[in-house]
Formats: sequence, C-alpha cells, structure tokens
Amino acid sequence: MKKVLIASVLSAAMALPMSAIAADYKVDTTHAFVNFKVSHLGYSFIQGRFNKFEGQFSYDDKNVAASKVSINLDTTSLDTNHAERDKHLKSDDYINAGKFSTAKFVSTSVAETADGGLAITGDMTFHGVTKPVVVDAKVIGQGDDPWGNYRAGLEGTTRLELADFGMNVKGASTYVDLDIVLEGIRQ
Amino acid sequence: MSSSLVTYNKLAKLLHWFSAIMVIGLFAAGYWMVDLSYYSEWYQTAPHWHKSFGLCFVVITLGRLIWKLVSNGPSIEGSAFEKKAATYAHYLIYILLFTMFLSGYLISTADGRGIAIFNWIEVPGLGSFIENQEDLAGQVHEYAAYILIGLSGLHALAALKHHFIDKDNTLKKML
Repeated sequence: MKKVLIASVLSAAMALPMSAIAADYKVDTTHAFVNFKVSHLGYSFIQGRFNKFEGQFSYDDKNVAASKVSINLDTTSLDTNHAERDKHLKSDDYINAGKFSTAKFVSTSVAETADGGLAITGDMTFHGVTKPVVVDAKVIGQGDDPWGNYRAGLEGTTRLELADFGMNVKGASTYVDLDIVLEGIRQ
Repeated sequence: MSSSLVTYNKLAKLLHWFSAIMVIGLFAAGYWMVDLSYYSEWYQTAPHWHKSFGLCFVVITLGRLIWKLVSNGPSIEGSAFEKKAATYAHYLIYILLFTMFLSGYLISTADGRGIAIFNWIEVPGLGSFIENQEDLAGQVHEYAAYILIGLSGLHALAALKHHFIDKDNTLKKML
C-alpha cells in the first residue's frame, strides 16, 4: 500500500511538469532545411538554401501556445548551386554576408489556426534589421525513430519583403519566400 | 642571360607587350564589370570575355616563362640597388600573375563548373577546396589585382625614368 502510494505521488509529480511545459527539441541539422525562392526577372524563380544553421523548438500538441522556435543561421552558407552567383548574392549588393553574417528567427507567440496549422509570430533578423514576421507552419508528424529517440517535424513558410530588411530591390525580385523544414530530436 | 645582347628578342618583346595589354585590359574590364547592374546588357558577356581572355593569358604566360628560360636576353641596367629591385619586381609580377590566374579560376569553379574559353573549349572545374571558396578567392583576386596594376605602373615609371633621366638602354631594349 505504501509502495503504491509513493509510486502514485511520484508519477503525479512527474506528470505535472510534463503537461505544463512543452517538450524541448533540438533541430537535427542533417534533417532540416532552410530554402528560399526569389523571382528571376519575373519569369521564373531562383531557389537556394542556407547550409549552416542551428535551432531548437518546444512543442506539445496539448499546449500549443507554450511552443517556441528559434533558429540561428550563418548567412555565408548561402548556396544557389552557382558559385559566381553565390559570391554576388553574398556581397554588399545583396545580403552583405561579410557584415551581417548571422540571421535569426526567435518566436514571440504561437497560435493554432482554424485549419489546424500554427501561426508562429516572431522576430526575424536579417541583413542587420529585425522585423516581426508570421510564419505559417504545421506539424508534419512526430513519434519514435528507429534509433531510440523521439522526433517531431515542422514545416513553415513566410515571405520577406526585401525593402523591409533594408535590401536593394532590383526589378521583379522584391521579396523572398522562405520554406523551412525542421526535424527535432526531443531532449 | 647574356650581357652582350642589346635588345630582347622579337618573341620576348611581343609576349611582353601582349602581357601589358592583357594586364591593363583585364584590370579595366574587371574593375568595370563587378559594378555592372544585373540588367546591363554586358552583365553576362563582360565576365565571359574577362574569363576567356584571362585563360588565354594563362597559356601565353606559361609559354612566355618557358621562352624566357630557353632564350637569352640583355642584362638589367642601373645601380646595384636598381638591378636588385628590378629583378625582384619582375619575379613579383610573375607571382602576382599566377595568383590572379589561380584565384580567378577558384572563384568560377567553386561549384565544380568549368570555365568556357570563348565557347571554344571548356576548362574543367575542380570544385571546392575550402569553405566559401568563391568569396575568399574573390578577395585574393581583387587585392592581387590592385597590387599587380600598381607594380606594373611602377615598372613602367622605372622604365621611363631610365629612358629620360638616366638616358640608358632600358626602355629601348624592349621596343
């Protein structure tokens, strides 16, 4: 009887913080992608990605409002599969990666949307300018992986207006669409 | 080098003046083209020609070095200091030329792409050896270009000084 009591008190004590605090995930960067798409002349798109970043998020489907996401990104890792273009895009004509070598997103609030997705509001710092943006996101799935960890995956998209971030607007290329896929390992 | 010669041989002169035109032309083109607007009609052709002429210049400079080794030329005139300074300046110009060739190649081939020479042939790319290779090679290319054009200017001024002030054979042996 005593054992049962101790066990139930212990499990209740353990369960309490578990339900109050969302689970923390560290982004598994081998299964995460920060992709972007920019208009080329108004006729097509250039797609590229940032190869180096790190991030973490907290998520609990029972308490979505407690969720958090943050990403730190190395802007010199820009890659559009063309070295000469990458050099130009990283120069001060565009993102000035020499001066503004990091970009980041830190969420300030997360809300559930009517269609079951997430509206992640946060501060985006890019090209030395910090602006609030809303990322349309959804949880793709979560569960045990075959190697003993628990994983959850998110995908989010947002549009950055170049002028908002103090960047030169050239021709049709006035904005960048970001498409971010994050797979996290629960810590 | 044989001091009995009074002028450089014809091929050495031709290679020297061709190199002068290339150094000045490639510098001017490079200086101008990096600031071209994306919507300029030259945005694609100027770098294409810069790279094509640059790669031709690599071949010609290699040939020039071989010719310099196998042929004879006149000796350098001037004071002991001037002879030493001129010798080192000439070495440095060659080193800077190859720094330009290598860094230029490393910018354009950092993604493994080759470089077309006037659409005749394509020089294969060897890909990336260091992180952010296109940026680092670009900086080397830029700074080495300024040093090379400065040193070339000094080289020309020195030749003019020998011609007009010392009134020696320095400039005439290259004409």
